[in-house]
Amino acid sequence: MAATEAIRGIGHSVKRLEDGRFIRGRGNYVEDIVLPRMLHLEFLRSPLAHARIRSIDTSAAEAVPGVVAVVTGELLAQHNLAWMPTLSGDTQAVLATDKVRFQGQEVAAVIAESPYVAKDATELIDVDYEPLEPVTSPQQALAEGAPVIRDDKEGQASNHIYSWEAGDREATDRALAQADRVISLDTFYPRCHPAPLECCGCVADVDAGTGKTTIYMTSQAPHAHRTLFAIVTGLPEHKIRIVSPDIGGGFGNKVPIYPGYVVATAASLLLGRPVKWIEDRTGNLISTGFARDYHMHGELAVKDGRMSGLRVKLLSDNGAFFADAQPTKLKAGLFHIVTGSYDIPAAHVETEGAYTNKAPGGVAYRCSFRVTEASYLIERLVQTAAYELGEDPVEFRRKNFIRPDQFPYKSATGFTYDSGDYEAALDLALEKLGYEELKREQAEARKQGKLIGVGIATFTEVVGAGHGADYDIAGLRMNDGAELRIHPTGKAVLKLSVKSQGQGHETTFAQIVAEELGLQPEDVEVQEGDTDHTPYGLGTYASRSTPVSGAATSMVARKLRKKAQAIAAHLLEASEDDLEWSEGRFSVRGAPEKSTSIQDIAFAAYTNIPEGMEGGLEGVHYYDPPNMTYPFGTYAVVVEIDRGTGAWKVRKVVAVDDCGVRINPMIVEGQIMGGLTEGFAIAAMELIDFDEDGNCIGANFMDYLIPTSWETPAFELGMTETPSPHHPLGAKGIGESATVGAPAAFVNAVVDALAHTGVRNLEMPVTSDKVWEALKEAELAE
Amino acid sequence: MYPASFEYHAPASVDEALALLERYGDEGKVLAGGQSLIPLMKLRFASPRALVDLNRVQGLDTIEEGGGHLKIGALVRHRDCERSEKLRGRYGVLADAAPQISDPIVRNLGTVAGSLAHADPQGDWGSALLAARAEVEATGPAGTRTISLDDLFDGPFTTTLEPTEIVTAVRVPDPGPRAGGTYLKLERKVGDFATVGVAVHVSFSNGTVGRAGIALTAVGPRNLRATAAEEALQGATLDDNTIRQAAELAAQAAEPRSDHRGSADYKRSVVRVFTERGLRKAAETAREEER
Amino acid sequence: MTAAVETASLTRAITVTVNGEARSADVENRLLLVHFLRQTLGLTGTHVGCDTTSCGACTVLLDGRPVKSCTVFAVMAEGREVTTVEGLAPAGGLHPVQEGFHEEHGLQCGFCTPGMMLASAALLAENPEPTEEEIRWALSGNICRCTGYQNIVKAVQYAGAKMKEGS
Repeated sequence: MAATEAIRGIGHSVKRLEDGRFIRGRGNYVEDIVLPRMLHLEFLRSPLAHARIRSIDTSAAEAVPGVVAVVTGELLAQHNLAWMPTLSGDTQAVLATDKVRFQGQEVAAVIAESPYVAKDATELIDVDYEPLEPVTSPQQALAEGAPVIRDDKEGQASNHIYSWEAGDREATDRALAQADRVISLDTFYPRCHPAPLECCGCVADVDAGTGKTTIYMTSQAPHAHRTLFAIVTGLPEHKIRIVSPDIGGGFGNKVPIYPGYVVATAASLLLGRPVKWIEDRTGNLISTGFARDYHMHGELAVKDGRMSGLRVKLLSDNGAFFADAQPTKLKAGLFHIVTGSYDIPAAHVETEGAYTNKAPGGVAYRCSFRVTEASYLIERLVQTAAYELGEDPVEFRRKNFIRPDQFPYKSATGFTYDSGDYEAALDLALEKLGYEELKREQAEARKQGKLIGVGIATFTEVVGAGHGADYDIAGLRMNDGAELRIHPTGKAVLKLSVKSQGQGHETTFAQIVAEELGLQPEDVEVQEGDTDHTPYGLGTYASRSTPVSGAATSMVARKLRKKAQAIAAHLLEASEDDLEWSEGRFSVRGAPEKSTSIQDIAFAAYTNIPEGMEGGLEGVHYYDPPNMTYPFGTYAVVVEIDRGTGAWKVRKVVAVDDCGVRINPMIVEGQIMGGLTEGFAIAAMELIDFDEDGNCIGANFMDYLIPTSWETPAFELGMTETPSPHHPLGAKGIGESATVGAPAAFVNAVVDALAHTGVRNLEMPVTSDKVWEALKEAELAE
Repeated sequence: MYPASFEYHAPASVDEALALLERYGDEGKVLAGGQSLIPLMKLRFASPRALVDLNRVQGLDTIEEGGGHLKIGALVRHRDCERSEKLRGRYGVLADAAPQISDPIVRNLGTVAGSLAHADPQGDWGSALLAARAEVEATGPAGTRTISLDDLFDGPFTTTLEPTEIVTAVRVPDPGPRAGGTYLKLERKVGDFATVGVAVHVSFSNGTVGRAGIALTAVGPRNLRATAAEEALQGATLDDNTIRQAAELAAQAAEPRSDHRGSADYKRSVVRVFTERGLRKAAETAREEER
Repeated sequence: MTAAVETASLTRAITVTVNGEARSADVENRLLLVHFLRQTLGLTGTHVGCDTTSCGACTVLLDGRPVKSCTVFAVMAEGREVTTVEGLAPAGGLHPVQEGFHEEHGLQCGFCTPGMMLASAALLAENPEPTEEEIRWALSGNICRCTGYQNIVKAVQYAGAKMKEGS
């Protein structure tokens, strides 16, 4: 008889199966990979933001002992590789040819026997630059007479990239015209950076003997990368293998294709040896996919106390190349979710994108495709409106919530929210917070000159891209797959098209199989990241793994369970309809002693299959989500301000999340806490800035500030569970909820501490000096 | 990330180290903790021809009290200061500065003497030791001389040390039985340089201020002594008025620049606030010491 | 520069005791300790996360004290003892800190984990029952992007309790 231990499927906080190698220091990250005869690639980067290249002299570099080659744009151009397509239909320089277009842009690459030698040689490359006027803001970029950055593009006469809109302009104009009040907010979501602790890199190995190109790569989307590589290089796709091994954090930074990958591959092809490129932190911050940099103007119309319309105008700073990693039909990603948790009948979003002399990017850093920007805007705007209207920020939100009976809810900008119960999350958060008591304490404290602030954010976000007809990246539809095979002795291997960078897929997805098939999670090996051995998909970002590949896993496991039922009927000599399934066993209804385990069924699949049935027990499923999923929550932050320095200390953070069914609650909470920390960091200290010459400030960890365990507050977590009606498991995805919802909660808290003096806005990062300037103006500085 | 090549020596004695420095002239650099020098070398902002590693030299790693001084050897690490009982109480300015240097791991290797020799205007020890009226023992080919911290710093990353000299110790004069102080540092996060730092070190006699030391970090081309504030406090009783006045003078002594950490006005205001807070703390500590 | 000054060697033969074993090699003076460990010795558990001595991913123990191995030259470790993550566990088992990180979900991507665990082990060796504040202070030289630190605190508390129980 099989053991009667409960199957640790959905809802169990199974300790992570992947931990073993990491706690022993036996992780296999790209930088750990060593191949025989491997060479090292080091870039020479441009010191200038905008300049014409007159000449490049690499002779001294080439003469350094240990240097095998020095690659320039000119050499790449001979192989048609100096430019490559971006994920947004633009082109991007691999190595600069005519001009450099941002400080830090790759200009030349040294390939040498050791990274130390490669660095020595880069110092000897002599580049003659003719400086050009740098364009350092999108306003400057779109002004009359601005220098044209992309003069490489035929027909590009300005720095304008795109215009895009969503929603109903006329209805929104009417709503604003007829409103009792229109409250507006202009705010800037600054440029920040995902800065995963592991930088980007690859080991490219073009093997002339086998004709196979293997690229070990920090990739969140290995299959999509393989296809794009095939298109860009002309190498046949079946002869390209992308292996994304252990990844030390992605957060969207490892979705784009970077020049390093292409140059390393080209160098390996030309030199016949593996080439390793590992960027340093400066390279990572100065040149790889940044996040946000969104100038936002919002207007909220209020009529009879209810939100009646929302108008948003956006200006996006996309850097020197339009390289956003987002569904191609959506130039502002999913920004138009901006009506958030509120029942706003009319909304309109219009956006412009501009080139500037900065690194390319914009969609990254757990943004859920620009949902971070949207959620920040609406939560800050709603807070501002509450103050202007003299209403309590919590009650103003509550009375405008979409009500549970309105789901599925069609928003004014075309989203169909699957499910939600916003009041339940709000009430739980308020209870944990002790909101009423806090408001009293705040009032008392003010009398004594103590400044306490309470900030709330009630966010709804949208994840799980997505339905193939609507969501594609570079034309590739955003469906993902799962392939499951059960071995004769009842163990299984699950191959996924997504790729964890720390999210715990080896455990979570094993638990899905456990739930559907009754195998314990330890009996399921999860494989990801090797394009030769896993089904095709678009990878892990935008919180899509559970909604898409999680669904695929559930579906393929159910397929196997159906076949298992047929085999069980054969083994038990009963009819399939008479069988009941429970905890990994099929039993005859009414005769429970007549039962068989999934393990016995698996063995039978190879040894005792019914006549005419195909052997084995395996399957594959590609899941096309019918809709997105809509996680939501309420975050509350309490801060106290030091009136002498403007520094604010976080006293309490309450985070109530609803991501539907939680497969592994421990892992879900880990994702939330990580996201809350990044949200706090963005609100408090992270910033990539540029001076008027286009010099990047924030290109290393002394200037780009990541909080340590000391600054980071503790978090009190809570949950509600409103399943997604269309997801096979009812799960919604959680990876980005906290970065979406948290920044506004923190900023709202600091503003709230000063709101009684009329302060309405502070721009991120809300550093102590900015708070002090507001204190000074309010005559509250010590 | 990859420094340039260099010659390397690990002498066993100060004499041997001096001989090596003399040999290399200004092409040689002393290596102690390396937590300021090595980062510069990795970014190739510094590429000395040779490094003279002091870490094998015995006898430089103690904190000793005696002869009217606290003597901090050249290889005393920030972490040693953080944990030393000798630095508390009347040397509180040092005890409070130590844990705020950089981060806990860097503090395991970085040295006090090295910090001073590096002379970063955003360096914390410079202010704490200026306020404590410290001096360094500099040993060179001609022998040992003492340089008061007022005369040591010459500008950003510049000291009056010769390239052939090594700081072998830092000496802090005993402020007497009734003294107190602290170091207040506003930083954006652990490991960041100061936005503003204020060191306060006050000795008392007969209920009034004997000597006051107030020094400022990151608000000038080097660590600055707020001399006018110090002089205003001499012989005075520490009360709300004298504290406020001294704080105002300290703020005026600052030469802050507007940058990403804040405007000059902001920094000047923080100098004032921190000086006030520091003086209150100094008075409190001195009262406790007496009990 | 004096014409008579001969250029001394740019390399040196060193012997460092790594995880209890004497390891010898001829290295460039400029070779960083982290590269000595990763490239010369093939111990890739110690990671590189930045270029300004800011992140602590490269933390190892040097004579029992946590140091950032990216900011130490290998030649400085001559004759000294280095412990990397590979040397944390006793044979066939796990160090309580490793166990704690697993039990309390103190790691996600694993990249900061070796350095974080070594800093934690050093803390517990000096302070067996640290408060949350003391833990956060002691680990403030190690950046984590994934966990938000809260479970790391719990992992260290777990390990401390385990070590107390075992002693």
